[in-house]
Amino acid sequence: MLSYLARRILLSVAVVLTVIAALFAMMHAIPGDAVRTALGPRASEAMVEAYRVKMGLDQPVLVQIWRFFSTILQGDLGSDAISGVPVARIILAQLPDTLYLVAGAMVVAVVPGIWLGVMSATHRGSLFDRVTSVLSVSVMAVPSFVIAIYLLLIFAIHLSWFPAIGAGEGFADRLHRLVLPSVALGLAWIGYIARILRASMLEVMGENHIRTARAFGLSERRIMFDYVLRIALLPTITVLGMGIGQMLSGAVFAEIVFGRPGIGKLVYDSIAARNYPIVVGTLLVTTGFFVLVNLIADLLIAFLDPRVRNVVSR
Amino acid sequence: MSLDASDPVLTVSGLTLSYDIPAGELKALRDVNLSIGKGEIVGLVGESGSGKSTLMQAILGLLPGAAQIRSGSIRFEGQDLTGLSARQMRGLLGDRISVVFQDPMTALNPVLTIGRQMIDIQHRSKLSRREKRARAIEMLARVRIPDPESRIDRYPHEFSGGMRQRVAIAMALMAKPALLVADEPTTALDATLEIATIDLLRELQSEIGCAVLFITHHLGVVAELCDRIDIMYAGEIVESGATGAVFQDPRHPYTQLLFGCDPAQIAEPMRHLPSIGGNLPDLTAPLPGCIFASRCPRADETCTTGHPADHKAGQSDLVRCHYPLAPRLEISA
Repeated sequence: MLSYLARRILLSVAVVLTVIAALFAMMHAIPGDAVRTALGPRASEAMVEAYRVKMGLDQPVLVQIWRFFSTILQGDLGSDAISGVPVARIILAQLPDTLYLVAGAMVVAVVPGIWLGVMSATHRGSLFDRVTSVLSVSVMAVPSFVIAIYLLLIFAIHLSWFPAIGAGEGFADRLHRLVLPSVALGLAWIGYIARILRASMLEVMGENHIRTARAFGLSERRIMFDYVLRIALLPTITVLGMGIGQMLSGAVFAEIVFGRPGIGKLVYDSIAARNYPIVVGTLLVTTGFFVLVNLIADLLIAFLDPRVRNVVSR
Repeated sequence: MSLDASDPVLTVSGLTLSYDIPAGELKALRDVNLSIGKGEIVGLVGESGSGKSTLMQAILGLLPGAAQIRSGSIRFEGQDLTGLSARQMRGLLGDRISVVFQDPMTALNPVLTIGRQMIDIQHRSKLSRREKRARAIEMLARVRIPDPESRIDRYPHEFSGGMRQRVAIAMALMAKPALLVADEPTTALDATLEIATIDLLRELQSEIGCAVLFITHHLGVVAELCDRIDIMYAGEIVESGATGAVFQDPRHPYTQLLFGCDPAQIAEPMRHLPSIGGNLPDLTAPLPGCIFASRCPRADETCTTGHPADHKAGQSDLVRCHYPLAPRLEISA
């Protein structure tokens, strides 16, 4: 288990380093001279040269790569190109709101998703199963921003059950205002989780060891929860790990439509203002978060499945 | 039906079962009669597709949804199993009736420890968890799992195939059932392990005194282990009797040809192993005559038009053939 943990962490570090390298390459691949873009068309040659030296752009590429990596790895994400405030501070101020949103969306997705998946697997072919199947696919097919707009129209404007925009103040108000964006972001995932869980449950239910459990007279309830679900949840956990990445990018829509602060809104505004340090910093933070979540998902799988631990550590 | 059927543990009589399939009705079992006495080991032999597994599933109440029992009964300790609810059947499974399945690599849950599974199957017992664990360790020791105190906390993939099958046997016999159904328990093992596993099974069986239905297509194992043998072909039991008697003087043409195909029975080296020509009949079509008629070298018009009755012939208790006393057939390579 320890060796598995070490390998998995090493792999995560490699992923993060690759992303940093890709970000560096991406910035160099953007057409045009970064210095002239930053200073504007009326800058003199002397100003351009001074800025170039100040930003380290006169150094060879290898030195630039080294500096890029070392500053990032020291936790320094640079400063806002406009206000000069450290990027890390800006991102940390916005991060919690996005994490609440993603957590809310996960709750919206996972609780009904697992329930529907278990119910449609145990009642395979029933009317319930078929209706769930059709609804899952149709909801999955609708983009989340469309869902967001309709939720606003129905629940905020027509019914006035929820406020339309803002993140709110205080716990109850925040939670209240979190409902609609969470549903908008998580709704499509209910069906996705239900489908995946149903398929893997049916697969496990057909395995020989389940027949063995039945042949020893174990109750259906016990077989489903202790013997089937424990194995069937494994692929769902992997998908959820990836899903959090999708939700982080989906958060852009939800935050804009519902006028919430957050990472998504921050990236959107920064791209519009060509504020690249913020864009790069945000990308790094979300990547780091995504890698961390997938690391946790993999460790959870290793905890639940002894075969994974052994195969990898051998 | 059986030699000393004074008080059999299990009696299958006239069992007819079919599967509803898109093409119609597949008559998987037709008028099957089988009886197992107390403490008796009965071998059920047949090729793939002969209905052995369906019969086993019918006895265990683990039939798939498409299977329909049309007629007949399965009496176990005086109860007709075909009439039991799922809940009543669950009450018998793992307690009075136990099973060892074919493939030891997949028959155990891969994400739960052996100990957890052996404790779970004692769900009827009022013992404490610690006592159940102690019983499981004791049972593992009896099937000669080395170091059972620490092995019990291992997962199935950490055991070899032979050890897993011994664990499965330990699980099946832990409740001291009246009937053990063994579904080709040694087919997936190599020859030396097969012998060791059969010795172990016989040893535990005589200690516990349970009856065994041993399903196999390995004739040597039947000769070695079983008191009685039932030969199954295309959903019917075509011959049944004491093992020695049937091996010595098989009366059904299928049995005679089958024994001729057993590589262990062939004296001199041959270029080709002998086989019975033809294929299993289509079980969705109407079957007016003898089930074996299409492959039987001796078949005549009587065989293709009339279904044979069960006869007592030679030393066999049951021979489902129109000509049970005809001279023995020899197979040509």
